[in-house]
Amino acid sequence: MNIIEVQDLTKKYGKLVAVDDISFHVVKGEIFGFLGPNGAGKTTTISILCTLLKPSGGKAMLCGHDVVTQRNQVRRCIGLVFQEPTLDEYLTAEQNLRFHAYAYRVPAEQREKRISEVLALVDLEDRRKNRVRTFSGGMKRRLEIARGLLHSPRVLFLDEPTLGLDPQTRRLIWDFILKLRKNQSLTIFLTTHYMDEAENCDRISVIDHGHIIALDTPEKLKDSLGGDVVTLLAADNQTAVVELKEKFGISARIQEGHIVFSVPQGETFLAKLVQEFKSPLKSVGIHRPTLDDVFLSLTGRAIRDTELSEKDQMKQMMALRRGGR
Amino acid sequence: MADIFRGTWVVAYRELLRFFTERSRTFSSLFMPLVFLAIFGAGFQNLIPNLSPGVDFLTFVYPGIIAMTVLQSSIFSGISIVWDREFGFLKEILVAPLARSGIVLGKVVGAAAIALMQAIIMLILAPFLSVQLTPIIVAELIPTVIIVAISLSGLGVLIASRMRSQQGFQVIIQVVIFPLMFLSGVFFPVNNVPVWMEVISKINPVTYGVDAIRHIVLGQELAVAGGAMGQALGVTVFGHTMTVGQDILVVAGIGLILLVLAIWSFSRQE
Repeated sequence: MNIIEVQDLTKKYGKLVAVDDISFHVVKGEIFGFLGPNGAGKTTTISILCTLLKPSGGKAMLCGHDVVTQRNQVRRCIGLVFQEPTLDEYLTAEQNLRFHAYAYRVPAEQREKRISEVLALVDLEDRRKNRVRTFSGGMKRRLEIARGLLHSPRVLFLDEPTLGLDPQTRRLIWDFILKLRKNQSLTIFLTTHYMDEAENCDRISVIDHGHIIALDTPEKLKDSLGGDVVTLLAADNQTAVVELKEKFGISARIQEGHIVFSVPQGETFLAKLVQEFKSPLKSVGIHRPTLDDVFLSLTGRAIRDTELSEKDQMKQMMALRRGGR
Repeated sequence: MADIFRGTWVVAYRELLRFFTERSRTFSSLFMPLVFLAIFGAGFQNLIPNLSPGVDFLTFVYPGIIAMTVLQSSIFSGISIVWDREFGFLKEILVAPLARSGIVLGKVVGAAAIALMQAIIMLILAPFLSVQLTPIIVAELIPTVIIVAISLSGLGVLIASRMRSQQGFQVIIQVVIFPLMFLSGVFFPVNNVPVWMEVISKINPVTYGVDAIRHIVLGQELAVAGGAMGQALGVTVFGHTMTVGQDILVVAGIGLILLVLAIWSFSRQE
């Protein structure tokens, strides 16, 4: 059963096309990832799916409800964790959760039990009565995940759930997300620009400039490159590329001063290369393909190269500073 | 309909929760009416002679201070919308299955409740200011204060509905609140002032709120003072002296328009 169904979805801001005619579906129970650089249209898509933005064209259905005409039905069946914090810092963890329970009509007899359950899930039971103001960045994010789950949604949206968090906390957050996977009836839709995080998804949709440029499981996406990734540095890269083409029939590209190409059974190929290659080489590298390579081969750019916007840089700086205190 | 109602009480519940958890805010907003009263009552009373027999300046200004307190806290209520937008909590409210109109009404009801509490503190102080209050006066006053508070909160929310920064909101509110406050008959009767001031005062909805509250509180004194003097302290529009009922109708009517505009403006945002 498809819990999310998106058809020809488009969002324009004046002349700028943020989301350009995308179609995809998400199957119940899977972790579905939207992977792309900042400004690719990930957050815009999530905002449309969770009824915060109206699409300029196309159709999106969540749990069988239309996101434009049946907003409140959609809202009831989704949980959300935004990029930026949306907690009331002057209230306690418990008060934030209780507000959410009231707003989403969690039945009174289940309310306190659910609050304890979700707090236990993210290891925050002991901070139940503390003001959110006193929480660290990671704790706030955990509390938001708990809140997103409070009303037992069928889809949980996580927009860059680990943005601005330190590596240790990022891992912790992911432990919680993967714990949720055991709950068969919950579907998770997340966006990220971290390649390693995207690996945890069941299926990934690679998005760039508002287009979906690939959609598959992480394994199949990596397999699509056709084997191992070989990186060469030659004394003269141009000559080496020509020789590769003539001798092995390989069309290699030059990226960041290195020759890059994919071959099946990289180790065997390397042995052959060492014997037969005439052009002088300075260094040779080989690795199993990563999602970075996938993105690179699809767009010709590395995802880490796509510049952080000023706002994001600010946000990360702020987060670092806050974490440092 | 259920979504409107739930939106209203959930948002109002949180407004009050916030009001009571911030001790400094609770304290200052409950303390402020006392400051006004001390300054305008005790301070100015020595300067200003009785306005009419039996109505000294403190007695005259007391109902006005109630109205002014209600005006202040009602209009400032809008700041919580701007605050929520700046700190992200507004998103949590906007994606919840609540009607937009319910969210606006919740902010208004929360603000009105806080304004009412301040007004009640003023009522408790009445005996110390030698203002005579009877149970009937209190029973009439509370619904009147609620109507005035809801109407003026509508204005606060309307201004806040699209504002992005608290500083911006504060600046606009200062510009709006002072004329509303000083040209409303709180400190002087609006019938014996220059024409331009009289015109502005009589367009100002707060004037009618002040007049209604004053009529209710000073009903007896005004009656004792006699018709002519009573009229001098009241509000006369096109030769007609407004009654309490008419005052309340004007305030409620303007309030309704402001509320509809606030809901419209708030709902239109994406």
